[in-house]
Formats: sequence, C-alpha cells, structure tokens
Amino acid sequence: MTASSVLVAIVIVPFVVSVATFFLPVRMSKPLTVVTGIAIFALSAALVPRVLRAPIRVGGTLQADALSVVFLVATAFLYATTAIFAAGYLHLEAGRSGARYGRLFYSGINLFCWAMVVAPVVNGIALLWVAIEITTVVSALLVAIDDTEAASEAAWKYVLLASLGLGIALLATIVMYYAGTATFGPAYNLSYAKLLAGAHHFPPAAVRLAFVLAVLGFGTKMGLVPVHTWLPDAHSEAPTPVSALLSAALLAICFYAILRFYQITERAVGSTYPRDVLLVFGVASLLLAALYLLRQRDVKRLLAYSSVEHMGILAIGMSFGVQLATIGVLLHVLSHAAAKGTAFFGSGSIVRKFGTKDMRRIRGGVGVLPWSGPLMVAAILALSAMPPFGIFRSEFLIVSGGLSDPHDAGAAILVVLVTIAFFGLSWFTSQTMLSPDPRPGGAPDQVVGAPDQVVGAPDQVVVTRGEPSVWIVVAMVIGLGALLVLGVHLPSQLSQLLDQAARELGGPR
Amino acid sequence: MGSVPSTYSGTTDLLTLLVLLTEFAMLRAPLLRSQIRLYAFQSLVVTVLAIVVAASRHVPDLYALAAVTFVLKVVLVPGLVLRLMRKADTDLAGSSVLGVASMILIAILVSVFGFVTITTLHLHSDVLPTPTLAISVAIVLVAFVLIILRQDVVSQAVGFFSLENGVDVASLVVAAGLPLLVDVAFLFDLLVAVVVFGVIMRVHHGRSNTLSTHDMDRLRG
Repeated sequence: MTASSVLVAIVIVPFVVSVATFFLPVRMSKPLTVVTGIAIFALSAALVPRVLRAPIRVGGTLQADALSVVFLVATAFLYATTAIFAAGYLHLEAGRSGARYGRLFYSGINLFCWAMVVAPVVNGIALLWVAIEITTVVSALLVAIDDTEAASEAAWKYVLLASLGLGIALLATIVMYYAGTATFGPAYNLSYAKLLAGAHHFPPAAVRLAFVLAVLGFGTKMGLVPVHTWLPDAHSEAPTPVSALLSAALLAICFYAILRFYQITERAVGSTYPRDVLLVFGVASLLLAALYLLRQRDVKRLLAYSSVEHMGILAIGMSFGVQLATIGVLLHVLSHAAAKGTAFFGSGSIVRKFGTKDMRRIRGGVGVLPWSGPLMVAAILALSAMPPFGIFRSEFLIVSGGLSDPHDAGAAILVVLVTIAFFGLSWFTSQTMLSPDPRPGGAPDQVVGAPDQVVGAPDQVVVTRGEPSVWIVVAMVIGLGALLVLGVHLPSQLSQLLDQAARELGGPR
Repeated sequence: MGSVPSTYSGTTDLLTLLVLLTEFAMLRAPLLRSQIRLYAFQSLVVTVLAIVVAASRHVPDLYALAAVTFVLKVVLVPGLVLRLMRKADTDLAGSSVLGVASMILIAILVSVFGFVTITTLHLHSDVLPTPTLAISVAIVLVAFVLIILRQDVVSQAVGFFSLENGVDVASLVVAAGLPLLVDVAFLFDLLVAVVVFGVIMRVHHGRSNTLSTHDMDRLRG
C-alpha cells in the first residue's frame, strides 16, 4: 500500500463502520469495532516510517507530517483499546431499548473516533476546525446517551461551553485568514504549507489576536483553566468508554489544534509571545487541578482533574521553547493517552463491581478485583509519573528542558504542583484500592447500598471477588504494556518521529 | 479584484449593525418567546447578508449557505425551541441577575471594548472591510453577556445561537473564501444544541418544572 492510500483508508474506514454499526445488531458491532480500531492503529503505525522520509499529501485536503502522526497514533491507540474495553464494559438491557442503546452507542463511538483520527490528518486550520466541531457534535450526544438528570445536565454544560469555545476558535481561524489576505489576496486556501510559508509577512497584531483566541477557544475543549468547567461533569457522567476517549484522545487533539496555531504564530511574531500565553494557561490549569485532586470523592472526576493537570503540563512544556522539552511534550501526549485510557478502563471495572463512583464506598479494590485492581494501581502510579512508565520519561524530559534556562521558574513550579497532584492521586489509591478487604475473613460478601446512576445496575450490589469482564483486563494490559515500552525503551522510529515533530514545531533552526 | 465598492461595504456595515442591535433587543426582551422570535429575525438579517455578499463578491457557494441558513435558523431551530417550550408549558419570563438597564449598560461597555480592541490592531486591508470584524466581535461579546447574566436554559441557548450568528457575520464578510464546510459544520452544532435542549426539557424540566439553571448544580467540585 502506498502512503496516500493508507491515509485515505484511515479517513474512510471508521466512517463506513460507523454507518454500518448503526444498522447492525450489537453482537456484530462489538467485534467489528474492535477489528476496526486495531486496523486503524496498525495503519497509523505504518505511517511512521513513511512520514519520516517526507510529509504525505493527498490532494489539497489530507496531509500528514511527523506532528500529525504523533497525534494520530495516540488517537488510534485509544480507538483500539477503548473498543476492546467497551466490549467488556457494556451491559445492555434485554429488549428493544437495550438494542437501541447499543446501536446508538457503537455508531456514536465509531463516528467520534472517526472525527478524532481525521482531525490530525486534514490539511489546514479550517478543516481542522471542522473535524473538531464534529467531535463536539458527536460526543455531546454520547455524554447525554444515558438519559439521566445528571447526564443531561453534564451534556448541556458540555454542548454549550464547547460550542462557545469553538465559536471563539472559529473567530481565531477567521482572524488568521484575515491576517493572510494582506499577503495572499481575498480568497485563498488555509493549508498549513501556505500559511507557514507566508506567515512572516502577516501583520503581527492580527496573528497575536488569532493565537490568543485559538488558545482560549480550543483550550475550552482541551480543558485549560479557567475554561475547563464542563470537563469534570462530562467525564464523570458519560459512559466510561466515552470518558476514556474524551479524556485521553479528544483533549490531546485540541492541543494539536493549538500547536498548529503555535507553528504559524511562531513564524510570524517569534516564539516569546505564544510561549508566554501557554505558560499562563498551563500554570493556572496545573495549579487548580492539583488542588482539586486533593478533594475529589468521585473516581471519574478524579481522573478528569488529572487530565486538566496533564494538559497544564503540556502547555507549560511548550512554553519552555526548548527542543528537549518539546520532545517531552510530544512523548507526554502518547504516554498520557495510554495511562489515562488505562485508568478510565480501571474505573469502569470499579464502577461495574461496586456499582458506585463514590470513593467513600469503594474499599479493598485490589482484593476484590484480582487483575484490574493491581492494574488500576499501576495506571494511577503511571499517571503520577512513577518510573518505569512513559509519563515518568516524558515529564523528566520536560523538566530537564525547563531547567536548561536557569532563570526560568517554570520548571520549579511544575515540579511543586506535580507533587501536590501526586498526593491527591495516592490518597485515592490507598483509600480505595489498597485499603483492607471489606469482607471479614474474605468470606460473606459485603452488600453495598444503592448505587449511583449506573445504567443497568441493580439496586443492591453484592461485592464478590472476581473480574466484571476479561475484556477490561485485556484493554488495561495493553495500555500498561504500551506505557512500559514508552518508559523503558522507546522504539527508534518512534523516537525519530518525536524528534522530527519537535523540529517541525520549533521552526527551521 | 480591486477595492470593494463603497455601496457594498455600506450595506454590509448596515446589516451587521442590525444584527448587533437585535442582540441588544434580545438582552432586554423579558419574555423567552420574544427572545426566540428576535433570534429568528436576526438569522433573517444574516441570510440577507449572505445573499448580498454572494451577489457582490461573486461567491455562488454563499447562495447555498443563505438557503440553509434560512431553513435552519429562521424556520427550524426557532420553531423547534418554541414547540418544546409550548409542550413544557413553562414560565414564560426569563430570569436575570441584574436589571435591564444595568445589563444594557454592561453590554454597551463590552461592545465598545470589542470595537476598540479590533480597531487598535490597525488591520488594514484594501479588499475587506475591517469595521465589520469589529462589529461581529462586539456581537460575540454581547452574546456572552446574555449567556452569563440571564439564568435560564432558553436564554443560554439563544445566547449561543446568536453568538453563532455573530461568528457567521465575521466569516461572511471578512473570510468569504473560507470553505463552505466550516459554516455548515457550525450549523450542525445548532441542531445538536437543540437536541440536548430537548433532553434537558424532558428530563430536567419534568422534575423541577422550571427552566432556571439554579437547579443545575448537582455536578460540582
């Protein structure tokens, strides 16, 4: 297969599968989605060596350079693992309403993943905006799919705030277009190559305005403080596979959009201005998330605030403006995807087992969940940047990059706040997972009270030792395996990919 | 393409100003229904603007956009929202944190701020009118005031819908060459907002019998 045909397949296949799953019964959608997810991941990985030679372009609409492929691989990985996880997680009621839920769910998940894999490979900031807009449209419906009061409240906040954010992001695109009209005339296409080539002629004031609007607009969907407020609600009320995709893949895609604006802005007005903007948003996000992590009672909200934390780290890492830190940021995108996905899969297992997201009612997780319990602990440790996992390596690179400028306090702030976040996450781990087994002597099963709104959960949950589903464990093992690979020994092609993407971001030096 | 004919920029400026004025009218409209009717009127102005731009700048794509805008934003979305409200048979007056006078005052300040900010950027373009960009930024900012200061689901929805109109105005006049796909994708967002709005009306309103966002505080922290 040529590189272009691989790219075209990546863009077409998930869409076709989404349409098909809308009509197929769930028992066929499940394996179909898993196979599609794995195939898209394999195709994305196949692009890595090719994109190292030269960027791939298909017509005027599709293009993939190293930067695109980093985000494509992260998203496709989540597509595959979430499909495996969902196969075990989803419990449908018998009858028509269950079948309808299943069809909507699978069609929605595939469409959501389609929009997310398309976003990094379209050519130009206008099409990128369209792809991200589609992710909002689909994911808002997926957040509301459970049809409970809390879910509808979360979906409303999400659709309103995300749409307002995207309105601002569209304004950013329009201002950038306007900035280009001085050079290119009133009608031109917004492809990256064209914008990057002409950027140094753009009026600086307009480019600065466009960049701030882009950070604010796409930042709303990425979860940057202070425009993050929809995020914990949507993450906690959405079905867990959707939470995993939102948190691990979608936020990164919105960061990718900001990086594209960064590239153009850097060429137009130099790197100091965009770095300062990112530093402000990054520190605010990291600070607020670290503090909120200390007082969470809901497992999924905890993981949501951890995402805000990691998005803050990404923004701060970019603000250092050092090649080493930028490589760290891109590695962080990959390792955060794997770690956050795995942690959400673990939370899905906990929610299924205990029938609640409330951490005060979850005890002895490691004893009750023989496989996913310890895996969850490992995933949380990975999220807190413990070696030997990928996030340790990426945060290490970011901090080393930041320390290379002794006058920059960013690295010090980063280390302090990440430590606070670590306390929040370890408190969760010790309270819920490593606490003593609730069943005295391991015998009679403990009865936990009425669960929160979990679709299809019975009123009383009897906690017995055992796994809710082997598929959940499989998905978690794959995620942790990837984290180990990223942390211990980065494959040489992947490391070249990150180098090249960082060079693309830094501009020709 | 040479410089833009002055009748063209005069017409577009007039129409965008009309959109901004409708935004102010929404802010002071006490009844939720009249808010939605004002939104339909505002969308009609945007439709006319699209036709004007299409005719004078020779962008035939924009005729299609005008047609879609008319069907969706003048007829379908306001119709659906009104129908949902009639079904819910709810309190018709919106709620706001501040009195009308102070709201209008804030909105005036905010729109002046938007106007001044864009003007101080000193963007000069021979081919595209800068004042329109400033006015559409003002529209967006006033829409934010509407969303923040009025605390009911309908005002929030209408605020978002009219913000979309403001961004639409900017894209029509300043970036007519932007792919049509962009505007159409944003229209989809409106439809999804209406769907979620419908869910809210069914699930939430069924329980609390009000459209105030005061009850939407289950999820916090």
